[in-house]
Amino acid sequence: MPPKTSSVGAVRRTFSPWSDPAAVPLIRFENVTKRFGDAVAVDNLSLNIYESEFFCLLGPSGCGKTTLMRMLAGFEEPTEGRITLAGQDLAGVPPYRRPANMMFQSYALFPHMSVEKNIAFGLKQDGLPKADIAARVDEMLRLVQLERLAKRYPDQLSGGQRQRVALARALAKRPKVLLLDEPLGALDKKLREETQFELMDIQHELGMTFVVVTHDQEEAMTMADRIAVMDHGRIAQVATPGEIYEQPKTRFIAEFVGDVNILEGKVIGQENGLWRVETAASPTPLTIDDPDEVLHAGQAVAIAIRPEKMVIRRGAAAPGTQNAVTGEVWDIGYLGDWTVYRVKLASGEILRVSRANASRFVENPIDWDEEVHLTFAPDAAVILAE
Amino acid sequence: MKNRLSLFNVTSLALGFAFLYLPILLLVVYSFNASRLVTVWGGFSTQWYGALFRNEALMDAAWVTVRIAFLSASLATVLGTLAALALTRYGRFTGRTLFTGMVYAPMVMPEVITGLSLLLFFVAIGFDRGFWTITLAHTTLTMCFVTVVVQARLLTFDRSLEEAAMDLGAPPLKTFFAVTLPLISPAIAAGFLLAFTLSLDDLVIASFNTGPGATTLPIKIYSQVRLGLSPEVNAASAILIGIVTIGVTIATILSKRSLARAERNAL
Repeated sequence: MPPKTSSVGAVRRTFSPWSDPAAVPLIRFENVTKRFGDAVAVDNLSLNIYESEFFCLLGPSGCGKTTLMRMLAGFEEPTEGRITLAGQDLAGVPPYRRPANMMFQSYALFPHMSVEKNIAFGLKQDGLPKADIAARVDEMLRLVQLERLAKRYPDQLSGGQRQRVALARALAKRPKVLLLDEPLGALDKKLREETQFELMDIQHELGMTFVVVTHDQEEAMTMADRIAVMDHGRIAQVATPGEIYEQPKTRFIAEFVGDVNILEGKVIGQENGLWRVETAASPTPLTIDDPDEVLHAGQAVAIAIRPEKMVIRRGAAAPGTQNAVTGEVWDIGYLGDWTVYRVKLASGEILRVSRANASRFVENPIDWDEEVHLTFAPDAAVILAE
Repeated sequence: MKNRLSLFNVTSLALGFAFLYLPILLLVVYSFNASRLVTVWGGFSTQWYGALFRNEALMDAAWVTVRIAFLSASLATVLGTLAALALTRYGRFTGRTLFTGMVYAPMVMPEVITGLSLLLFFVAIGFDRGFWTITLAHTTLTMCFVTVVVQARLLTFDRSLEEAAMDLGAPPLKTFFAVTLPLISPAIAAGFLLAFTLSLDDLVIASFNTGPGATTLPIKIYSQVRLGLSPEVNAASAILIGIVTIGVTIATILSKRSLARAERNAL
């Protein structure tokens, strides 16, 4: 990568056009529906994406995220609704006249063209002078560090190199929007992690709007300014990765993004601004700090707690301890950086707790079948209204 | 596990090949016979090849045959490729099954019937029989073979390549010529060679639709043989066999390579 002019973070910290009511979105989906026969792929969906945003569409397969992207690229037309890009209504505009370029999941490199011919393909369609094309191709090759492979053919490249060629080819025309369909899906884990950061650097350096489709939540969390979690053709939540993880709106999101423990219970009431919730897991009501929720006594709710936000200790909880549940160690998974404990409660539920392995040796570690108790702070959990 | 050839396998293979190729081998061997008598070996000689090239009637027939084969194969390649595109690309249009069946029918239709029906057709529309009627008849015969070969390639074609080209600014026609055509061209070439060789050695359809001045090599050979075996005909046949073998071999290699490439790029 070329040297950074400034860190990504310096820009990201202050970048939040979505919370500025005066900001004009670059891409607008307005009540877009797409049906294939009887099947609804995208269901009355509205969404704004802003300039220079790194936007992720995240969801399980079949949630409509790819269809949404293909409508933006022009390969599918919405059945209902409107898509605009930089103020232009895209209805009826064919893919070859849209200021958006796409990086395909299969990369779709032209096998009969060398790396440089692949990258030059789009520029040639624009009828640019030869010298300009050559200069832009060189620039792109430098950007993805493939100068030495310019004359190679796609079948002479490794998976990672092909991915870079595909990226360079899609970037070459400097589109207003770059669409990336599972851009890292075909790479192995190590390479995927490195490439995530490279993509962020490239996006930052070019100031381009990136829209990424992925089913990999870690990828989305790492790269995106904002994530739209999709489910059954609808958007379940659009927010920053932090908000999605810490304040999931629904149980689906909490469970899809990261690991989560769900405790079902009933609201007793509010005390000092904290919710008191009765559950089968604990003999005393749990105290949850989630002031945004509007609940009434007797309402059935789900409490979501992330495994790393609970503390595991040996023995039963002392009487009167806040938010404590007791159980026995059912399973232990040692992952190197983390150890995951599955704790079976007296009520039969199994909770996951993870603990960072901060030191290399632990004297007398917690063992299978031991009695343990788990505690969590009131603001570590989130209440999800059913 | 070693899969060695057993005696049984070797014998059956030898018998099979002998059954298929012994007569042809005999013909090729006798084309190098020094004797005028076709069935008596009189030593090695290439004189009949020389005589063949001096035999104007045979050489004319050969020239007519090559021209017909080239023209009809070219026509069949264009039509066959278009049919293959229609069959693979336009999904389930009305009458697709019927169309598929009709494209493939000439493959299994007895040649006598194809030849006869074409003859009746040409007579009905008052088309003088000769060079062009054979060319058209051969186009009908060979088009389906081109379609089969090209369709096999198109079925493994990664559509996202075309989408990528369009996404990068190439309109559909440009996409076809810049991406689709170069990638399916080995299959098209294979189809062409197949059509060419089929036309080259066709006797039945050609004899139904021939006319004055349009005697193809197979017709000529056939009529000569009826007057008695001649070593020149052996030589002519040997050359024909050579050309057909080379054509079919290249066609096979081309279509195999084209399919292998498609698989490699499928990732």
